[in-house]
Amino acid sequence: MSIGLLIFVFILAIFLGVELITKVPSQLHTPLMSGTNAISGITIVGALTAAGTGADTVASIVGTIALILATINVVGGYLVTNRMLAMFKRKDAEQK
Amino acid sequence: MTDYIEILIDLGYIVASILFIIGIKMLGKPERAQRGNLVSALGMLIAVVSALFECCLSFSLVIAGMVVGATIGVIAARTVKMTSMPQMVAILNGFGGLASLLVGWENYHSAPDSNLFITIAIFLAILIGGVAFSGSVIAYGKLSGRLSGKPIFFNGQQFVNATIIVAILLCGAIFAYNPAGSFSYVIFIVIIVLALVLGVLGVIPIGGADMPVVIALLNSYSGLAASAAGFIILNNVLIVAGALVGASGLILTGIMCKAMNRSLANVLFGGLQAAVSKEGTGEVQGEPHPISPEDAYYILEAAGSVVFVPGYGMAVAQAQHAVRELGDILEDNGAEVRYAIHPVAGRMPGHMNVLLAEANVLYDQLAEMDHVNPIMESIDVCVVIGANDVVNPAARETASSPIYGMPVINADKAKTVIVLKRSMAAGFAGVDNPLFVKENARMLFGDAKASLQQLVAEFKEA
Repeated sequence: MSIGLLIFVFILAIFLGVELITKVPSQLHTPLMSGTNAISGITIVGALTAAGTGADTVASIVGTIALILATINVVGGYLVTNRMLAMFKRKDAEQK
Repeated sequence: MTDYIEILIDLGYIVASILFIIGIKMLGKPERAQRGNLVSALGMLIAVVSALFECCLSFSLVIAGMVVGATIGVIAARTVKMTSMPQMVAILNGFGGLASLLVGWENYHSAPDSNLFITIAIFLAILIGGVAFSGSVIAYGKLSGRLSGKPIFFNGQQFVNATIIVAILLCGAIFAYNPAGSFSYVIFIVIIVLALVLGVLGVIPIGGADMPVVIALLNSYSGLAASAAGFIILNNVLIVAGALVGASGLILTGIMCKAMNRSLANVLFGGLQAAVSKEGTGEVQGEPHPISPEDAYYILEAAGSVVFVPGYGMAVAQAQHAVRELGDILEDNGAEVRYAIHPVAGRMPGHMNVLLAEANVLYDQLAEMDHVNPIMESIDVCVVIGANDVVNPAARETASSPIYGMPVINADKAKTVIVLKRSMAAGFAGVDNPLFVKENARMLFGDAKASLQQLVAEFKEA
């Protein structure tokens, strides 16, 4: 993959991110933050490769720690966000 | 055959990216937020499964790592209290940043002689990831009370920070010029250490009430660090997901700064502190009017409309359930009850909303500042619970006040204001609050939770 293309994708994604997030009601700021925080755990994909292909012991150890941390970030992040969002209720929903 | 699998893996990454985009979009809509989170989690699952097809020569470490991480993640997410959510988000964010740093490290360790582009990406991953990690750890310490929430300043702070940044850039240039040299591994480690120090120094001067800004900003960093990791392993899903998080974190940071009428630079470099020491704003005249819970009961009992304004004090006193109980009683009593929430009330963006939601307050009753202020004059009673700076009328009236210009909830415009407060101490900003001595303001001193429970008891006896 060419370097230019990667940078191109990065810049487009930044603009997309800005467009997606404008006008979020403040009550959702915390779940939004912890939800996007879970997404930043995508580095788990890099950590998988790092843990699975380490050239030597040091590399494997570093990679495995990265994988543990990224997994905590992903699993913890999604669960905690889900827990928070489950608490947000509307009047009509409660009456059902 | 191999080609076929490669295409499937790429397809998996594309689907994952799309699900992240849709998920984030849905997270911004109250009715769809929970499903949005599940959509994005599904995207993550697909990305991980795709990666498993290409990642590994040996699976033993990979499986062990994922099992350990998932176990810790599940336990932490299940057991964390809602009042501890700010520090939970901070520490999870720190883990993500550190993971990106370590991905950079592993890649450098395994292949130190990569091309210039990848070397720069490694540099960025360890720099941004390092700052995100140590900054988040300090934020965690401040939010959980393990460290003092007060801003910490020392002489020459800016100079030290600037020196570190220059040193990092210098090391980065040397490192990028010759990453495989005999001395380069040392420089690599030095960059990591300097990045960690920079993260610590960047967050210690930031006080408790400015934490919403910092958490949002650190969130953005950990996204950008993931993007940098994506450039190292040439993987688009990391680049896209990281960039989305980076951008959304920046937007949230901007929203928080705007809610305080301060620039990001002002928050990061402690401009408020300087303003306070310069002004000496002890000019509030008048005496507060303390009342007993019984008096407060008579005021509330007669009220046709009540607005609660919660602040960090509500979180400290864990009073959200008591607030909701009182709110319900007032509604049964025929009053119209609303909860007005300032965007930076508490220690993270949306902090009060989460606590009130935990106490089962329906979000139709939650009102944003801009919706409440125009009708405040028609409100019979405004109950301020552990909030201070966000209801300070000096922000409107006193041009010399350090918080002048910050949008506030106009609690003082209600017919009567009841302020639940421990004592007459100033808020985080160190600014006196003229609200407390206004003619229509009544002070109900004591622990917020205890005071609320007394009020509830008064209603039940009646």
